[in-house]
Order: sequence, then structure tokens, then C-alpha cells
Amino acid sequence: MESVEAVVAHIQGLSGSQEEVAHLHSLLKQSEDALRSQAARLGAFLHQLDPSVHSLGYLFLLEAYSSDPVCREQDGDFLLSILEFINSCSAEQIRLAPEKFISVCKSFKDKVMQLQVPIQGIVPLRTAIRKLQASSEQLTTLHSDYLLLCLLAKCYKAGLSILDDDIFEVDQPRDLFLYCYYGGMVNIGLKRYRKAWECLHNVITAPMATLNAIAVEAYKKYILVSIILNGQVPSFPKYTSSTAQRNLKSHTQPYIDLANCYATGTFSELEGCIQTNLEKFQADSNLGLVKQVLSSLYKGNIQRLTQTYLTLSLQDIANAAQLKTPREAEMHVLQMIQDGEIFATINQKDGMVSFHEDPEQYKTCGMIEHIDSSIQRLMALSKKLGSLDEHMSCDPAYLTRIGKERPRFDFDEFDSVPHKFL
Amino acid sequence: MDGGDEGVVVAPMGDESMCSNGGAVADPRRPPASSGKAAAGGGEQMDLEAYVALYAGRTRVSRLLFIAERCGNEGMQLEALRMAHDEIKKREDSHLYREVIAKIGGRLGPQYALDQTWVDMVDRRAEVRKEKLENELNAYKTNLIKESIRMGYNDLADFFYAHGQLGDAFKNYVRTRDYCTSSKHISQMCLNVILVSIELGQYMHVSNYVSKAEQAPEQLDPITHSKLRCAAGLAYLETKKYKLAARKFLETGPELGNNYTDVIAQQDVATYGGLCALASFDRTELKNKVIDNINFRNFLELVPEVRELINDFYASRYASCLEYLENLKPNLLLDIHLHDHVETLYTDIRHKAIIQYTHPFISVDLLTMAGAFKTSVAGLEKELEALITEDKIQARIDSHNKILYARHADQRNTTFQRVLQTGVEFERDARAMLLRANLIKQESILRAARKL
Repeated sequence: MESVEAVVAHIQGLSGSQEEVAHLHSLLKQSEDALRSQAARLGAFLHQLDPSVHSLGYLFLLEAYSSDPVCREQDGDFLLSILEFINSCSAEQIRLAPEKFISVCKSFKDKVMQLQVPIQGIVPLRTAIRKLQASSEQLTTLHSDYLLLCLLAKCYKAGLSILDDDIFEVDQPRDLFLYCYYGGMVNIGLKRYRKAWECLHNVITAPMATLNAIAVEAYKKYILVSIILNGQVPSFPKYTSSTAQRNLKSHTQPYIDLANCYATGTFSELEGCIQTNLEKFQADSNLGLVKQVLSSLYKGNIQRLTQTYLTLSLQDIANAAQLKTPREAEMHVLQMIQDGEIFATINQKDGMVSFHEDPEQYKTCGMIEHIDSSIQRLMALSKKLGSLDEHMSCDPAYLTRIGKERPRFDFDEFDSVPHKFL
Repeated sequence: MDGGDEGVVVAPMGDESMCSNGGAVADPRRPPASSGKAAAGGGEQMDLEAYVALYAGRTRVSRLLFIAERCGNEGMQLEALRMAHDEIKKREDSHLYREVIAKIGGRLGPQYALDQTWVDMVDRRAEVRKEKLENELNAYKTNLIKESIRMGYNDLADFFYAHGQLGDAFKNYVRTRDYCTSSKHISQMCLNVILVSIELGQYMHVSNYVSKAEQAPEQLDPITHSKLRCAAGLAYLETKKYKLAARKFLETGPELGNNYTDVIAQQDVATYGGLCALASFDRTELKNKVIDNINFRNFLELVPEVRELINDFYASRYASCLEYLENLKPNLLLDIHLHDHVETLYTDIRHKAIIQYTHPFISVDLLTMAGAFKTSVAGLEKELEALITEDKIQARIDSHNKILYARHADQRNTTFQRVLQTGVEFERDARAMLLRANLIKQESILRAARKL
């Protein structure tokens, strides 16, 4: 058993080239227990190391140190040292021991949350994610922690920088569930319902063998967001796991009732339904979204009118959208014009609203640029699909599986060939 | 003879007291329509006797009973029941007799109470006859003469049919199939089965046996051919395939004459065919297959109202067309085959009329249009709104000036819109799919690792 001093000496000596670091990694792994047993003393040694040069060693010491609850409580500089480490550590070195790095970041997050200053954790964690990621397509465990801090600090915009990356590689299924769930919430916070819908959709359609609480909560929000977006809840796509298809609905009855009430299109019924389930919505802290659903009923009604009418009096709009007064109708129409949801002008003298067609002519430079970028994105995507397909058809596991499912006579034919040559 | 027409309760001869009795039954009627055919006549009370005279066989009774059940007018109900009662007395169905007596419930006086001696007599006779037929059939069977066996089954089935045991009748008619030796026999068998199936309401069997009969190698005689067309039309009508039903009725030949009155009258062919065609055909089809169809014109002549309304529809005189339809409605609702479909057909016809009306114009004044359709502007606006929402009319309403403007969708813009939308959806789905594929791969890797 080596002493801490010897370990520190190793770290200082072996932090140069790649081979040295790899060697150091194996040494450190051996002395992990020793470090852990002397966690309380490590604080002093940390100062002897330079986090930017001796990142790997520093990481091991820091992890051992932070795993000791006493030190975490007492050391006021604890947060600071982690912060400094995250900012200055070398990405190459920490990627050798990702689980250590994650553990350090997690204790950092816990501390921040314990002190109730989640906003302080946002920037460091984003740096940490960028350092840990091999590519922007990789989903790390830190993603969900980062989004959680964004939600707690109500800094939804900060969350977008991560959410806008498309992720493909996932280490842990649980990470994905949490990431998409929190991602959905961030997007809801920003009223980007389409994006939110996509995130939540990913949660409920993700392959799952057993039902989990994240999926249930996500499905509740999914129902509400679907209603706000399209006025109805789509049925499960056929690739949804059978577990989700079978169980999700039974866990979200109030929400399904709400969707059914919405489908009838009568305002009073919807309101009644909300009132009866008020407590449940409140308990799930979805009441805000439920209220959005209510106002989307008006919007849907008004939007339908734009398809059928060129001009319509405010009184008629109020009647058709089940609003009480023409004044209220005017406010709604105004709001929708402002949000760009409808194109209309209000003639206050006669109390008439004229609806216009979408003025977009698809011939501005901006639009062409937009189309072009879509094409580029889709081309990249299809290239990716192609390569994945190629990759899959060369995968030995896949090929054996396919081989097994072939009818038997195929095997006989296959066998007969070598016999002839024998 | 006005009094007789009105459905006098006790005796067919009209005197003073009976006229007052009849007055309670029916409103003072207009002079009879020019055709003298009142089954599908004007909006006035239906003339039951004339109506029933169009039919023969059991369908008379079932139609009367149906009317009694549906008309919602006690005078008419009793009249229908009385006629049904008289009709049944001429036949041998004691079960149906009891049913009608129960329905009458003594409301028509002692003459229409249960006649137990008649029932007993009919039952006894039926028993004897059944035994005789069965013995004969057994004798034929032991002799193995195909034709006789067929006749035996046929007689037995006829017997069951006459006595209202439709299920047994159906079975025995079907049994004759194995002993049919000529295509004439086969078509006979099919027609029998169809007859029973229609009464049973088994329209699946009807269409089955129609196609069986049509597969016969030899040319069918025109009467059978027409009968099959009618039966197929009824089957389609019942399954709400109005377009196919219309085609079948339109193909019915004039040879039908009064040969199929135990199922359908010529007037019915005209009405069913005409309404189904209006509801489902477009203008050219309507012109070619209905108005210019010489065969069908013969049928239409029998029901001038339907002929007029089809011509009105084609000539865009919607107000009078809709008026004719409205007048026909109460009687059609009492039709044993059409009653369920009247509402749907009427809505379809009305929508078609509205769509056709708006089609050639760039702008339509709603006031004029409401006049043409005999409705209020507000009501018309609602109807138009529904049609626009269903994308059946490409137009938008200027509610301020009460004008309907046609809306020609900008192809270029919609294409752009659709393309962008499709792109976004594809991108989203593809990304989600990639992610799921990766997850599944991941999981399979985890499983493999666990096994090791």
C-alpha cells in the first residue's frame, strides 16, 4: 500500500506524454482504496498539483476527497476547487476516467443544489459536458443534471445550447429518459411546444422493458402539449414498446379525460373536467399547462374561422369561439395576430375582422436560405442513415440473427456446398 | 271514391258516419296526382290501399306492419293493422296473425279479435301438410330421383315460407342446391333464397346468391336478370354503398314489370335508383346514366315526382328539387328498405346541390343563394362553413357583405408549404429513429455482456 505522498509523486512525474498518463492511470487505479481511506488528508495535497497539467491525478484525488461527506461539509473552498478544476483540466486526461469525472461533477451539482444556488452551477457544468463529450452527438450523464439546474434556476435559454445538439449515442437509457423529459420541460418553459413535443415523444417511444415514472410523467405532459399543438392526442406509433402502449394510459386517466373533453369542443365541459381533476393536475404541477390547453381551445376555434371566412364580426367570432363578449374576442384575435398565428386586421368602427391569407410568398432570400439549409441538413441526415445501414448489414451479430430466422432448407443448401468440395 | 281511399275502418263502403271516421284518419286530401299512383305521392297522407296494391305476397304484410309501427299516427296505424289483418287471414301464418291481433289490441272492435277457430284450423292443416310433405320427401330420397328430391325440398321450403318459418324455409331452399340439374333450377333456387334472405334482413346472403346466380353459364332470361339487379341494389343500399346501389337499380331492365312485386315495385326501383344516383353521381354520370337512360326513364315515368326532382337538380332548379324531396320525405320514411337511409341520402343530395351551386362562380351572393335553397342566410352560412371545413368547397365567406368568394389555392405556395412540412417531419422522424436504433443496439450489447 502506497502512501499518498508516493501517489502524488507519481502524478507529478507521469503527467507528460500519453503513454505516461496511461501508466499513471493503472497505478492510480491500484491505489484507489488507499486514497479513499485517507480522504480527509487529501485536501492539503490538492494544492501541490496543477489541475491543468496533472488533470488525471487531480481528478482521482478530488473524487476520493469529495466522496467523503465530512470534507464536503467542512471545506468552504470545496466548490471553488472543483470549479477551478473543471475550467482548467485537460479533456484528454479526464476522458480516461469518465466515471470519476461524472462523480465529481455530481457532487458539485448536489452541493450547488444544497446551497440553493443552482444558477452558479450552470456554466461550470456546461464546460464539464463539453470536456467530457467525445462528440456533440454523445449523451453524457451530466446532460440531465445540467438541464435540471437550468430548470431550477429558470434559465431555460441556457438549456437550449445543449438541447440544440442532436444526440445519437447514449451511455445509459436512464440518462436519455431524464434528458428528454427535462428537455421537454425546458422547451415548454420557452413555449417552444413543437420541440417539447419531440422531446417528450422520444421519451414515450423509447424502448423500455418495464414502465418507469419518468415515462409516465412525460406522457402526462405529452398529452397536454399535443392538445395545445394539434388539438388532439395522437395514438401511439407502432414502434412504441408494448409496455408503454399497454400501461401508460391507465396511469394518466385524468389527462385522457381532459383530451376527450377537449375533443367535444365545448368550453364549459372542458372547464368542468379541469375543475374535477384540479387537485391531480396541481399535484403533478401541470396546472399551468392545463390552463394553456384551455386557452388553446379558443385559439383553435378562431383559427378554424380563418379558413372559412374572409370577414366576420367580432360578435360572431365570440359566438363561434364560445367567448363571452365581443371585447374578449377582440383581445384574443389581437393576441393571435401579434403572435403571428393568424393574419388579420380588425376594423373597430364596424366591429369586423378581415382575415388574410398567409403573406409568405416563398421568394425572399431569407426563405431560400432557410430551404437551402433544410436541404443541407436532410442530405447530411440521409448520408448518416446510409452509413448506418451499411454498418448494420456488416454487423456479425445482426447477420447471425438473420441467418437463424431463415427457413431450414436454406441451411441445407448452404451446407451442401462444402460437402461437394470435400 | 274518396271515402274508401281514406281508410274506412269497418267496411269498404263509405257512408256518412264512416266519412267522419275517416276524417280522423287522414286530412282532406288533394285531388289525386295525375299518375294515380300515390305510394310515393305528394306530401299528403299516404294512400295505403294503393300502396299495398303495388306489392304481392308476404311483403304486403310486412310493409303494412312496418308502417303501423313507424307512422306515429293512430288512425293510420289502425288502418294499416286492419289491412294487414285482412291480408293475413287470406294466408296461413298463424304466428303472424297472433302478433297482429296483439298489436290491434281490440281497438278495431270485435271483428278483429282473436279468431281461435281459424288459428286452430290453420295449425291443424299445416301439421297435416307438413307431415305429408316430409313423407313425400323421404320417399323421393329413398328412390334417389334428383329432380323429385329437389321438388320435395322446394315444396317443403315453400310451405315453411308460407307459414312464416323463414329460417327453415331458408335452409330447405339452400338444400335444393345439391339437386339442381339445370341453370334454370339454379337461378330459381337463388331467387328463392334471396327472397327469404331479404325478409330475414340477411343482405350478405342476398349479395352472395346474386353473384351465384349471375355466374350461371347460360344467359339468364331478362326477367330473372332484372330481379337479380334489384336484389343486388337492395343489398348495396342496405350496406350504405349508395353508388353501387344506384348502378344496380339503373341497370334494371323494363322486363321487370310487375314480376317481382313480392319484393319490390317498379316505383321503388325508380325512387331508390333516383335518390341514390342523386346522392352519389357527378353531373356527367347523372346525365348519361339516369336522364339519358331509356330503360330507366320508363321507371321514372311511374314516379313523376322523382323524375321532376332529378331534372330539377340537373337543371339547377334547387328550390323546386328540394321542395319535391321534402314532400316525398314522410312517405319514404315509411318505406321498409329506404327509411334508414333517407336522412343520409338527403344530406348528401343537399350538400351536392350546394357544392354544385357554388362551383361555377367566383363570388356568390349569399342572399340569392339562400333564396335558391329556401333557407335563411345564417343557416346557409352554417352549412357552408361545415362544407368548407370538410374541404368540399374551396371558398371563403365574407360575412360582412354576405358574399361567398371562391378561393383558388396558390399551388406554388401550398407546394412550398407542404415540402417544408414534409422535410421537417422526415427530419424529426429520422432522428428519433436513429436514436431508438442506437438505444436498441445499446440494449442488445448490454444483454450480451450480461450473458458473458
